[in-house]
Amino acid sequence: MEQIYLDNAACTPIDPRVMAFASPFAYEKIGNPSTLHTRGLDARRALEEAREKIKSLLHAEDEKTIMFTSGATEANNLAIRGTALRNPKMGKHVVASAIEHISVLNPMKDLQKQGYGFDIVPVDATGIIKLEALKTLVTKGTAVVSVMAANSEIGTIEPIREVSSIVHDAGALLHVDATAAAGHIPLDVQRDGIDLCSIASNDLTGPQGAGVLYVKPGVKLQPILVGGGQERGLRPGTENLYAIVGMGEAARLTQLEMQQEADRLQTIRDALITGMSKIPESYLTGHPTQRLPSQASFRFSYIEGESIVLLMDQFGVQVSTGSACSSLTLEPSHVLLALGLKHEEVHGSMVLSLGKSNSLNQVPTVVTAAMQTVSRLRQLSPLSNERR
Amino acid sequence: MANVGYSKKVMEHFLNPHNVGVIENPDGYGKVGNPVCGDVMEIFISVKNDIITDIKFRTFGCGSAIATSSMVTELAKGKNVDEAMRITRGDVANELEGLPPQKMHCSNLAADALHEAIKDYKEKKTKK
Repeated sequence: MEQIYLDNAACTPIDPRVMAFASPFAYEKIGNPSTLHTRGLDARRALEEAREKIKSLLHAEDEKTIMFTSGATEANNLAIRGTALRNPKMGKHVVASAIEHISVLNPMKDLQKQGYGFDIVPVDATGIIKLEALKTLVTKGTAVVSVMAANSEIGTIEPIREVSSIVHDAGALLHVDATAAAGHIPLDVQRDGIDLCSIASNDLTGPQGAGVLYVKPGVKLQPILVGGGQERGLRPGTENLYAIVGMGEAARLTQLEMQQEADRLQTIRDALITGMSKIPESYLTGHPTQRLPSQASFRFSYIEGESIVLLMDQFGVQVSTGSACSSLTLEPSHVLLALGLKHEEVHGSMVLSLGKSNSLNQVPTVVTAAMQTVSRLRQLSPLSNERR
Repeated sequence: MANVGYSKKVMEHFLNPHNVGVIENPDGYGKVGNPVCGDVMEIFISVKNDIITDIKFRTFGCGSAIATSSMVTELAKGKNVDEAMRITRGDVANELEGLPPQKMHCSNLAADALHEAIKDYKEKKTKK
């Protein structure tokens, strides 16, 4: 049976070209970039070349704005804790949209325990941030506001430029988690008025274990880890050379091929949306058009998401869900709840995230698998109308 | 090595659940759970001379919710109602070769649904 992997938002395979490019830096070319012998200098050059490629992807001012981290979780933590703790005079208040990743929300909740104010900006039923609410919640005493470029679950793309002008009018800093967006839609930190921006290597088809925090020139932050002087002292620890070099190459390839790949994925995405719409009582979650080309997400009434994942897997199709039962915390997706969905509606969600391995000819198989899955689970369900 | 995912037995019952459906005019009916939490189970029983002669279930929930429902119907079928009343959540989990720890409470309500159905049967019987 053909295996169809549609969980690229959870984990993306590394582009083979990236592996080929980066592999030497795991063995024959490996060196510590902080050392002065030939191997160390070669490693330093490779590291700086990767930084240059990320700078180009984000359209950053210069290479010094690019800080390598272990991934997006660390970049988000550094952005939020680092700026809030370094700039107490800006005010002890932080703000995030309701659909941010937990690695954004949890550092803010943590700051709240330390006496910071923390406000959450609601989103509309399609996942777009409510700008009027943002205007009210961001005040002169706000240090940092975090709004993602696009959501990894429902794919909704946020109006970052409008967000930026509201945040900057109040004198606060804007952090944008671009983990899901990077590689799928163009990012330009200067044009969009972004002060801090997180991206992850793996979402760019690079190796796991590397991420980047872009820090606009003049924005001050303090490290959350203390140790050596790597990454200008903001992120101490020997650099993960293989992953960073891979991330750089992945960024370069992604930037080069973004438009073509986005068009290709969008065609597949739209075919999936059309196919799924034929299932009775199925609903698209997220925005119908302002959404990532890679993201198709749905919910089905009367059934539960973990069962959906398990049954789809039996058809060789790997998907994700926002159901509580499938999460480690047994909490339903806060993203779907923020759209105004009821708990039982959230339980029936199915998220399909596309990547390089997917093609248009897989769509009929996926849609058939979904139809059979939904129908089988509804036959079992006491909530279903089509039951007897 | 730690267990990964569901046991083979859970997957068997999830993929091919036994005794799915409804019994019209059942002798006993039990329903437990809440759609908000993600699990709702209902069990229908037919009883003759205090023996469970037929049993059906319907479940909204995760893999273990469906598997435990299927298993409890297998365990209860043909048993005397008092005997069936003594089937515990632990028995169901053991028969399924174990459940992941986080599923032991929330998705292991099937025995409760069975007990509710038996109580309903007994109440109806005393009213007769």
